[in-house]
Amino acid sequence: MIRVVHYLNQFFGQIGGEDKADTKPLVREGVVGPGMAFKMALKGQAEIVATVICGDSYFNENIEKAKADIIAMVKKYNPDLFIAGPAFNAGRYGVACGAIAKAVKEGLGIPVVTGMYIENPGADMFRKDIYIVSTKNNAAGMRNAVPVMAKLALKLAKGEEIGSPDEEGYIERGIRRNYFSEERGSMRAVNMLVKKLKGEEFTTEYPMPTFDRVDPNPPVDDMAHAVVALVTSGGIVPKGNPDRIESSSASKFGKYCIKGKLDLTEKEFQTAHGGYDPVYANSDADRVLPVDAMRELEREGVIGKLYDYYYATVGNGTSVANAKKYGAAIASELKDAGVDAVILTST
Amino acid sequence: MVKEIERAGLPVVHMCTVVPISLTVGANRIVPTVAIPHPLGNPSLSHEDEFNLRKKLVLKAIKALQTKVDGQTVFEN
Repeated sequence: MIRVVHYLNQFFGQIGGEDKADTKPLVREGVVGPGMAFKMALKGQAEIVATVICGDSYFNENIEKAKADIIAMVKKYNPDLFIAGPAFNAGRYGVACGAIAKAVKEGLGIPVVTGMYIENPGADMFRKDIYIVSTKNNAAGMRNAVPVMAKLALKLAKGEEIGSPDEEGYIERGIRRNYFSEERGSMRAVNMLVKKLKGEEFTTEYPMPTFDRVDPNPPVDDMAHAVVALVTSGGIVPKGNPDRIESSSASKFGKYCIKGKLDLTEKEFQTAHGGYDPVYANSDADRVLPVDAMRELEREGVIGKLYDYYYATVGNGTSVANAKKYGAAIASELKDAGVDAVILTST
Repeated sequence: MVKEIERAGLPVVHMCTVVPISLTVGANRIVPTVAIPHPLGNPSLSHEDEFNLRKKLVLKAIKALQTKVDGQTVFEN
């Protein structure tokens, strides 16, 4: 029987929500939560002998220690296979699944599989290192994701040949493999070109890598006279969340006046973010949006001026397309307002 | 968001706790912070010590904005 260890976060591991995101790694014998669905999908060919659970914040704030501790836990169970997640579009969970799967693969030399949504930051970080099954962006995709992950995991554990990303359902790893084709290259190229000319769909055999990098701007020369703006994806809003920015998958950003405000008080500000424990930001929003410290630097003449408005959205499962749109809109308004530089804080 | 602000021509510094994510999204000036739910604070400190910690981090961000960088740079100290 193939022995499997499964990795889950505090939520899927049934420990608790964001208030338990600082949970240190722990082990449960047998299956927990989604492990039940994996058990079915593994069809008696493999058994989940243990489940490691770790809080998403704990993992991401202590990556090296968490990896070392979890590897030690996994090793004790002497597994043949390691499955993490799936994490869908949960950013911290995706990073945790990718990082721990890669560490187990390299540290213990066993095959690993995880699953996440293509826009999860963990996908871009780890897709070249490990097999990441492409999932939907939320847990409603569990039913579809589990059989695909289980099938791929079994194949890996048995040392069977793994097909293309399309065939197996994993996110492209940037690996090219030789194969014998029925048609020669020139024929395939002309066929592709004809399809393209007709406006039909075609699949390239060599996708170009997309590098969307922006070069850093020159530094601010005269900070003592510069206007600096604060922007946050940490969801800091005036009390009551007047624009009703959503706690996840935010459909908008807000612009809020802080003219004359020396400090963000519990009475006037809160967080709207649903992806981290809100206790600390609600009692003092300066912990996410440092208005009080900026005011002091303004008073000391370190910066010229803190811009009168700040911008905020909730970066929690927000699509990349929306984040780009908000970023571009905010930047254009800040430029028009004569702002010289920006501090962006994220939770 | 960081990248779009940079693209528009404004120097920007990203203050965040999970630096690998910031590197993945393409921030150029990065200042690591305290913890995910309180990047610029530490509730276990006294109010005064917490403010000083925050001021120190923000000052580091200001310094980063005044520093010429050629590519992605994490301002550790």
